Amino acid sequence: MQGNDKDGALVKEAVHAAVEHFGSSQDELIPILNEINRTIGYIPGEAFDELSSLLRVPRSQLFSVASFYRMLSTKPRGKHVIQFCESAPCHVVGGREVWQAIKDFLKIEEDETTPDGHWTLVTTSCLGLCSVGPVMVVDDDIYGNVDPAQVANILEKYR
Amino acid sequence: MKFYRSHVLVCVDPECLKKGAHEVMDALQDELVAQGLIEEVQVLETSRIGGCDQGPELMVYPEGVHYSNLTADDIAFLVEEHFLKGRIAQKFVTEEKAFADEELSAPTAKEIRVVLRNCGKIDPENIEDYIAEDGYQALGKVLFESTPEQVIDEVLKSGLRGRGGAGFPTGKKWQFARASQGSPKYVICNADEGDPGAFMNRRVLEGDPHSVIEGMIIAAYAIGANQGYIYCRAEYPIAVKTLRIAIDQARNLGLLGKNILGSDFSFDLEVRMGAGAFVCGEETALMASIEGQRGEPRPRPPFPAVKGLFAKPSNINNVETYANIPQIIFRGAEWFAGMGTEKSKGTKTFALAGDVQHTGLIEIPFGLTLREIVYDVGGGIKDGKKFKAIQTGGPMGGCLPESYLDLPVDYEALTQAGSMMGSGGLVIMDEDTCMVDIARFFMDFTQDESCGKCTPCRVGTRRILEILERICAGKGQPEDLDTLEYLCAQIKEDSLCGLGQGAPTPVISTLKHFRKEYEAHILEKRCPAKVCKPLIRYEIIDGICTGCTVCARNCPVNAISGERRTTHVIDPDVCIRCGICMQVCNFNAIVIN
Repeated sequence: MQGNDKDGALVKEAVHAAVEHFGSSQDELIPILNEINRTIGYIPGEAFDELSSLLRVPRSQLFSVASFYRMLSTKPRGKHVIQFCESAPCHVVGGREVWQAIKDFLKIEEDETTPDGHWTLVTTSCLGLCSVGPVMVVDDDIYGNVDPAQVANILEKYR
Repeated sequence: MKFYRSHVLVCVDPECLKKGAHEVMDALQDELVAQGLIEEVQVLETSRIGGCDQGPELMVYPEGVHYSNLTADDIAFLVEEHFLKGRIAQKFVTEEKAFADEELSAPTAKEIRVVLRNCGKIDPENIEDYIAEDGYQALGKVLFESTPEQVIDEVLKSGLRGRGGAGFPTGKKWQFARASQGSPKYVICNADEGDPGAFMNRRVLEGDPHSVIEGMIIAAYAIGANQGYIYCRAEYPIAVKTLRIAIDQARNLGLLGKNILGSDFSFDLEVRMGAGAFVCGEETALMASIEGQRGEPRPRPPFPAVKGLFAKPSNINNVETYANIPQIIFRGAEWFAGMGTEKSKGTKTFALAGDVQHTGLIEIPFGLTLREIVYDVGGGIKDGKKFKAIQTGGPMGGCLPESYLDLPVDYEALTQAGSMMGSGGLVIMDEDTCMVDIARFFMDFTQDESCGKCTPCRVGTRRILEILERICAGKGQPEDLDTLEYLCAQIKEDSLCGLGQGAPTPVISTLKHFRKEYEAHILEKRCPAKVCKPLIRYEIIDGICTGCTVCARNCPVNAISGERRTTHVIDPDVCIRCGICMQVCNFNAIVIN
């Protein structure tokens, strides 16, 4: 229970910090949600409660906005998030094989988290790094010109 | 203001100072005085001109000569040669380091750089670099020499059309926004460049942010807005950061904020970051997102010029459109209209991707043919393969076959050919590409990105995707092609926004130009390009196989059997078509059938 209280306090703190930084108005909602997502890793239910009372916007409306955008997660994510670019330029230069290699290595599918909570695998829309495709991003690190044989080596660094 | 015929910029970075940059500077000052040139040549301190590994170093303008490896003792010679005799002192000239820019290489003969002119050349985090390249001159001209109407007139005369893809005349858009009643008015920059493979706007935002900012200030002056937003996608964190730095610097110099340059015009700008939704590139969805809503489009009319952001009159253009504006004002509408075709003026940036020799960004005048783009600018197809198709216009664009290679690129020509300009992605595909797989791929993308608000797009794209997946899996039925055509026509006709209306284009165009490939998949259960896994078989050729067992040992599912030194056999029912056997075979004994 103590752990939960602490988490709750952390969430509250993150929400207040974000609202303070951007101002409590509906048109700042997306920057606020982005910021909470960045600090906590996802947007937990308590964050919506807190935000709802601060912004005076119904919880349902907040959730509706958060669930619309791909980069905002309402589910907990793994310690490391792998984003794989699924766009055409990466696809045609061998992205499909790299994607398969990542899935084989982690033994999970898209939008899944490994049972140990270490990895979350998602696809991303084009990162505009097409001249070095296929591209994968682990947390904030970008890897270009990836080939299937490199996948294990890259991921081992985050063990 | 005092005029000098020459400016010398001496690098005073710590590395250069350590190597004696101050001594060089003092010697230079003394020598110029001694030679009586101090009234003609100005010496300034600067940083980051070369990288300091060959310091001390300096640049001399207007020639733009870069001298390095200097000591104080060399200065007398340098001053005599360069400033007295007017000769370049070759022995100190720096060899410009050729650095590999994977995105933007030196322009080829057929390119003209207008929008990309400063990218890679100036420091985007230093506003003075932009000003030195005539930056903010257009703004000064507009604020003190032109009325808003004259600005709009100039943009109209230039023939500039929206570079986001639709190609609506920019001057017209501004006219509507200016004429619209209501206050306040907003200027918005669409920097939500979401088309996969298109990163022209990212490069401009990261490499020359002030060109966009200046364009927006001019637009704001023209329509009478005092607040602007740049909506940039979250996938571009560096662009957002660069923009914020640029805006701060412009504000500090009085180029943004109250009473710009001392005039009575005020305008300020804010960067808004998206959160990963492709549909937000659609202008009405984008505005909803700035307002903090779900980024769903709404029907037009009313157009943004009448009822846009916060239900106020708004002008929305994309990054490349704004980046053209300062040049049009500064160099004149005639100059701009001198490039391009009858109806499409100026240049267009494209991102070349796929199986072409030189991928990356290009900027060409309208009117160049697709063949010139693929072969002269792009260097032709990689690995000596054959050209198969070019996809223009991003995921909602069409795939054009070889017979369209001589098509001149402009808005009308591409639309007539069944594709579109789009924001400027060009994906080149070689003979190893399966067009059904490509259509399936794009449908997978649009289906995923459909916001779900209107039924034709939400349900229709899903139905098309299911059929295409079935065809690629070898389970296509003869009536599928008719069903596809029917669905495509319906979705195109009935969807609310550009995403839905454009979603069927890859299918329509591949059905039109590559129908035989669909038929091969459906009727013969064969993938001619050997891409669709359920339709291909790996086989070992008797006589070439030496029975070395490498393939059998590497097969992850034990589908290969055979005795040592005898030809091996692949069991097609067990084989998962992973291709590992083909990669590891040392004798090229494995083929795809």
